[in-house]
Amino acid sequence: MTVTHTPTAGPATPSVEKTTYREAMREALREALRTDDRVFLMGEDVGRYGGCFGVSLGLLEEFGPERIRDAPLSESAFVGAGIGAAMAGMRPIVEIMTVNFSLLALDQILNNAATLLHMSGGQLPVPIVIRMTTGAGRQLAAQHSHSLEGWYAHIPGLRVLAPATITDARHMLTPALADPDPVLIFEHGSLYNVSGELSAHSGPVDIDRAAIRRPGTDVSVITYGGSLPKALAAAEDLANIGISAEVVDLRTLRPLDDATIGDSVARTHRAVVVDEGWRSGSLAAEISARLTEQHFYDLDAPIERVCSVEVPMPYARRLEEAALPQPAGIVTAARRAVGEPVPTGADEGADAGRSS
Amino acid sequence: MSTTRTPRKPRPSARSDPQAAHRLALLESMLRVRRFEERCVELYSAARIRGFMHLYIGEEAVAVGVNEALTDDDAVVSTYREHGHALARGVPAEAIMAEMFGKATGCSRGRGGSMHLFDAGRRFYGGNAIVGGGLPLAAGLALADRMTGRNRVTCCFFGDGAFAEGEFHETANLAALWGLPLLLVCENNLYAMGTALARHQAQTDLALRAAAYGMVSWAVDGMDVFAVEDAARRAAEGVRAGGGPHFLEMRTYRFRAHSMYDSDRYRDKAEIEHWKERDPVEGLARRLREAKELTDRARTALEDRLAAEIDAAVEAAERAPEEPVEDLLKYVTSPVEAIRP
Ligand SMILES: Cc1ncc(C[n+]2csc(CCOP(=O)(O)OP(=O)(O)O)c2C)c(N)n1
Repeated sequence: MTVTHTPTAGPATPSVEKTTYREAMREALREALRTDDRVFLMGEDVGRYGGCFGVSLGLLEEFGPERIRDAPLSESAFVGAGIGAAMAGMRPIVEIMTVNFSLLALDQILNNAATLLHMSGGQLPVPIVIRMTTGAGRQLAAQHSHSLEGWYAHIPGLRVLAPATITDARHMLTPALADPDPVLIFEHGSLYNVSGELSAHSGPVDIDRAAIRRPGTDVSVITYGGSLPKALAAAEDLANIGISAEVVDLRTLRPLDDATIGDSVARTHRAVVVDEGWRSGSLAAEISARLTEQHFYDLDAPIERVCSVEVPMPYARRLEEAALPQPAGIVTAARRAVGEPVPTGADEGADAGRSS
Repeated sequence: MSTTRTPRKPRPSARSDPQAAHRLALLESMLRVRRFEERCVELYSAARIRGFMHLYIGEEAVAVGVNEALTDDDAVVSTYREHGHALARGVPAEAIMAEMFGKATGCSRGRGGSMHLFDAGRRFYGGNAIVGGGLPLAAGLALADRMTGRNRVTCCFFGDGAFAEGEFHETANLAALWGLPLLLVCENNLYAMGTALARHQAQTDLALRAAAYGMVSWAVDGMDVFAVEDAARRAAEGVRAGGGPHFLEMRTYRFRAHSMYDSDRYRDKAEIEHWKERDPVEGLARRLREAKELTDRARTALEDRLAAEIDAAVEAAERAPEEPVEDLLKYVTSPVEAIRP
């Protein structure tokens, strides 16, 4: 995966429009369908139902059932079919309702999509885009709440994206479709209703680069996707007690942008990694290891990790909240990293995963 | 509905006629599911119940009729639309309600919610929210019975949507190949979420396709509890007699949206109304009234009794303790003593 994506520069005075993450994603799909005949959207309930999260609402009317293709409950079959269509020159966008159900298609994603180019000695690229939701926070219990994007980030041959902002939701799809290799896009379920302003002329996102969402000098809070708003909230709280946190949004979970992450830590000398996945074998573990390998002498404190507690996600609200990374836990971790005293009790729940 | 009155069993001609008593019991069972879920809707609007919730309203005859063919020793594997299966199986309304409230007294100790009800003691094995996920499990339960020589039936409920999953086809093949004591009950309510049967199945005659695996397969009117019970009894007997897996396609309909999040834009209102004319609960009540087996007084008494039962379940759930956050890591792995006695 050595393609570089150059973002096109927008005009100097961009106008802004109010939108939501969901609508931004829909607009991205619409643009892709409009500009490239090879693009089609396929998945469970993407058509008549409008997508189980309402992302593709209205697209069936606009583009018809050939291109907005309702698939049966056969994740392995329709993901595999998407892979085949991609090999035959199409540009399928396959939607899997959630990462939990993607496991029924894992064989196709790993053993075919990620592998065919290599196994065929470079003959068979698979230009497919697979979108799915991820994450917890809506009391949907274990089989609808896990964050498994870190597993996909383990797999060579895939590019893994996690749009955390409205602009990324709007503009990541174009470079994803331009990528000759399989791209997975993870949309955190709690982001769809987020509303905000989108610059009407913002261009495609550079999917090789992480983004600094808030500059700071004392500690780097490294995160992605649904945890970005929590990290920003924590940074706000930290600012109130005089700690300047820099928030780094990974955006691309594979390949990781070592340079941006490393530069930030080289400046702040401290790192807190926030990841909704479980701590053991997590993406947070990988980032921590890389920082240790590459920036050991820049670090002034042990790297902190704020992850989900190692338990299948519970239904009961209090238990779910306790299992998930929360701003308070990020604040505590950042305080510890900068050597500020941590109020007693602040540790509880926020970091229970440490012990397991 | 008054709850002060002493609950009484309705028993018009039932005293002298065990058949009539049975018919009344079927009505009571279906009404319990209906009223329980209607209360759930209110509680969901009041944010007492959260997460995804899928109602069974319209399909009650299937759970109740099938359960009649099962014994306490048999096993039931269910889906995320399982309130009716759980209640018909005898899981107390109180334990189910507490689970939906996320309380410590819930049948899954607040970990599961509406989609993950479990009761091992009653051999009720959930509560699976991965479409088709329960099918291989059911084959395994049946396999264990086969290998240990226990003459039990494992009954697996799943939808027409699940019929498209590889899980169904792999399980059907395995079960038929090994002659497993499995009762496969497909609840064909004509929709997989928002996708109509004809838009997700190449051949919509599901019983026909199941028969291709060499299983005894029937299509049944799932709105008629007597038809369901009769078919389920014959199928369960066939399974018990060593006839291998049996497949029942229950032709039914859900009156409400797929879940509380679904605005139900993909169905024709006329279609829903048409099916409501075949309401399994009111249809049975009407038949019993016409046969003079159910008086208006008895119906009122029955409604009062169920209302009181559900009131009590809700009150108990309200009062029940929350699972303490310190117990968050409980049940992730078995306690040491369970592993090394
Ligand atoms: C493997 C998997 N894919 C998708 C879903 C999302 N989903 C939940 S219920 C449902 C529809 C299932 O329809 P059906 O099997 O007919 O059962 P019904 O809801 O009609 O009872 C879908 C698509 C899921 N839970 N699991």
